[in-house]
Amino acid sequence: MAEVKINKDRCKGCFLCIQFCPAKCLKVSESLNKRGNQYAEKIEDKKCVGCGNCFLICPDFCIEIYE
Amino acid sequence: MKLKFSPPKSLKKLNTHYCAGCGHGIVHRIIAEVVDELGIREKTVGIAPVGCSVVAYDYWDFDCCEAAHGRALAVATAIKRCRPNLVVFTYQGDGDLASIGIAETLHCANRKENLTCIFINNACYGMTGGQMAPTTLLGQKTATTPWGRDYREGDGFPLKVSELLANLEGVVYVERVAVSNPQNVRRAKKAIKEAFINQIEEKGFSLVEVLSPCPTVWRKTPHEAVKWIDEEMVKIFPLGRIK
Amino acid sequence: MSKKVLITGNEAVVEAAIVGGCSFYAGYPITPQNELIRQMAKRMREEKRVFIQAESELAAINMVFGAAATGMRAMTTSSSPGISLMQEGISYLCGCQLPAVIVNVMRGGPGLGNIAPSQADYFQATKGGGHGDYNLIVLAPASCQEAFDLTFLAFDLADKYRNPVMILMDAFLGQMAEAVEIKKRKIKNYKKDWALTGAKGRPSRIIRSLFLKEGVLERHNLELQKKYKKMRKEVRFESINCKDAEILFVAYGISFRIAKEAAFLLKKDIKAGVFRPITLWPFPYKELEELTSDKKAVFVFELAYEQLAEDVKLAVRNTPVYTYGRLGGGVFDEEELVNFVRKKLNEVKV
Repeated sequence: MAEVKINKDRCKGCFLCIQFCPAKCLKVSESLNKRGNQYAEKIEDKKCVGCGNCFLICPDFCIEIYE
Repeated sequence: MKLKFSPPKSLKKLNTHYCAGCGHGIVHRIIAEVVDELGIREKTVGIAPVGCSVVAYDYWDFDCCEAAHGRALAVATAIKRCRPNLVVFTYQGDGDLASIGIAETLHCANRKENLTCIFINNACYGMTGGQMAPTTLLGQKTATTPWGRDYREGDGFPLKVSELLANLEGVVYVERVAVSNPQNVRRAKKAIKEAFINQIEEKGFSLVEVLSPCPTVWRKTPHEAVKWIDEEMVKIFPLGRIK
Repeated sequence: MSKKVLITGNEAVVEAAIVGGCSFYAGYPITPQNELIRQMAKRMREEKRVFIQAESELAAINMVFGAAATGMRAMTTSSSPGISLMQEGISYLCGCQLPAVIVNVMRGGPGLGNIAPSQADYFQATKGGGHGDYNLIVLAPASCQEAFDLTFLAFDLADKYRNPVMILMDAFLGQMAEAVEIKKRKIKNYKKDWALTGAKGRPSRIIRSLFLKEGVLERHNLELQKKYKKMRKEVRFESINCKDAEILFVAYGISFRIAKEAAFLLKKDIKAGVFRPITLWPFPYKELEELTSDKKAVFVFELAYEQLAEDVKLAVRNTPVYTYGRLGGGVFDEEELVNFVRKKLNEVKV
């Protein structure tokens, strides 16, 4: 059981995390964050497997993973 | 539930000025993680380059120093010689390390200075608007090679710094890595950690070349940029341990 | 504990650096100061301090920058073309407020020039050869003993003001030998709570001169100017027989030695005082002005084209200033100066 937390206001919308998530549990948001861009967010009914890929590739330290 | 992955302590500022999809943030984090894991924060000195990461010292919570463009390894040489107990590393881009600073790079390595050098290769000069760098690929369009880099026009060839420096006796470890996908990021961290450990064990000069995405100058999306590294850049700059 | 030795100006600088606690030296060979780097290589290693023959003067000044950043006393030496290469580094040292000692043993220029004595780097040293608003204290020895004394002083002033200090010498002074008393002196230890020593038990420090946010660099510059104002108090000069002289000679370094001789030779003709700035920056404008107010003429002698003369003209009011210089490595002798003075005085009927 794992949980991914994304700091949406720090996210610049590069979406590399979405690209490399093996569980396909992340998506592009509909709304905009305080920076004015769409951000990566967790899909509610998908499960995070705690692999850490998103954390590794995120250039903006947006991600925390709990297990 | 326990926190498994989180930004390291030695990263003091988390909002960066870097572009979306730029590799700098990843490498800044890796370095901070390595410093924390090795427990050397209190004796680490980082030297920032001139380039997009000129303010790298705003992000790291250990002693840092600026350096004139290209001179980071000269500055690092002196800091290490004066205070050998400190762990001193430079963080440099293509222009800094391989163009204006090539003499300082070569001679520092040749003197077998006990230093760690992290070389960020994005095949261009990012900060100043995307001009040709020594590492620009043939055919690559940049601000100063609008029709593509062409050695027949006197633009020269992509400089393979890692291979060049590996020839020097004073250099004990050279590895080329990339931050283009999570697997590569893991390998990059291992290499950077080894480069730091080499200094602690007083082995000599270590170089880690990191292929890093620059979506803005490459005119690509972050997704296309990391793909370009994995498909095109590695043809000229193959990953792996060179020495 | 002291000893008197017969050494050259170049070697005197070395001994002063050793006595003055210089812990780091980086340099590159260039005539006419090769003896200096050779002696440094020997003495620094004997004292188990850091010596590096750098790959260029560019590297050398940046190594000095790094050493200074760690709080160590650092020095580099070169001659005119090499000092040109160091200008960026000097600007950085000033911007980051790092102490360092830079020695220029001047030679003929511009360009590759020759290896003969010159004083044509006066502007470069005092008006800033590097970019930006900055100042260096510039000390000009006129003897081998002074090369020793002023180098020792330079390390102290550099630490005191967190600023680079330059010793401006010339090939003549560098190569000639005189008796020098090498005396161990007490080194004043300045607190360096800005130095990079590893962030143990304290917040991390950054050495930087880059301030991109609006207004920050300007504030930084204003702080630097406050410091330079304080540095102006370090003015030093020597005046010989100036008070009741009829004419005044102004010269520094080797030119001073020759001008002093010329003044002596002219004793029967006219009373000539000799004024010697020891600090070329801060220049003794006020002191010179006071001494020249009642003079019939001021003569400036330098191995350059009217560089020192420009500062003299800024100081001197209501008294004519005549300049005599030799260029491109040429050196005058006292008879040449005497002839010039006699001719000039005759011309203007003084």
